[in-house]
Amino acid sequence: MSDAKKLAIIATKGTLDWAYPPFILASTAAALGYDVQVFFTFYGLQLLRKKLDLKVSPLGNPGMPMKMPFGPKWFKNINWNIPNLVQSLVPGYESLATTLMKQTVKNNGVASIPDLRELCREADVKFIACQMTVELFGFDHSDFIDGLEFGGAATFFEFAGESDVCLFI
Amino acid sequence: MADKELDARGLNCPLPILRTKKMLNDLTGGQTLRVVATDPGAVKDFQAFAKQTGNELLESAEANGEYTFILKKKA
Repeated sequence: MSDAKKLAIIATKGTLDWAYPPFILASTAAALGYDVQVFFTFYGLQLLRKKLDLKVSPLGNPGMPMKMPFGPKWFKNINWNIPNLVQSLVPGYESLATTLMKQTVKNNGVASIPDLRELCREADVKFIACQMTVELFGFDHSDFIDGLEFGGAATFFEFAGESDVCLFI
Repeated sequence: MADKELDARGLNCPLPILRTKKMLNDLTGGQTLRVVATDPGAVKDFQAFAKQTGNELLESAEANGEYTFILKKKA
């Protein structure tokens, strides 16, 4: 048994913004010498799909600044306060917000989710997909990237029970 | 003069640390790696990285918005 520290994460969110914490923490911990396992359940399963199509929505998310990733600094600094009613009625609003978010990420030298996921794999972070939610949502194992383990809560605790850090995201 | 150089300018957390770790893998114990970064968070992060991995942080300097770190790989 290795004497490395252990990090166990449960990833439950499937939006672009919430994809960051599990992958950033997992890859960084691995770089620090931790053994890392991430258990993906419910919407977190989206993060394991071969074809990532993650979106972010400012709708009903008052904590999310809505800023433009282009133009002069004064323009970029404007926080566009768009009423929920408008957000919900404009077709493609979510896709637009996602495009803007991805551009902001790029402008700031922040890694993309596919890159971070790949960095986790390279660092031997172990990914476990929750079999129950795979079935619940009608996914097929072939929808997901290769090299996953499929298991349940007991599988998670086998590692989490011995972890030094355990996070629910 | 360091044995290897890493240009991490323009990269943000956690990429400078991840690239550093990857590059250190290619060095042998005692060799040094020089990293240049622009992420202000890197100053604390490189201290923390060195402390937790046992790779020694020989130098940490700032000039003109650029941060330079020299790490010595753990023997």
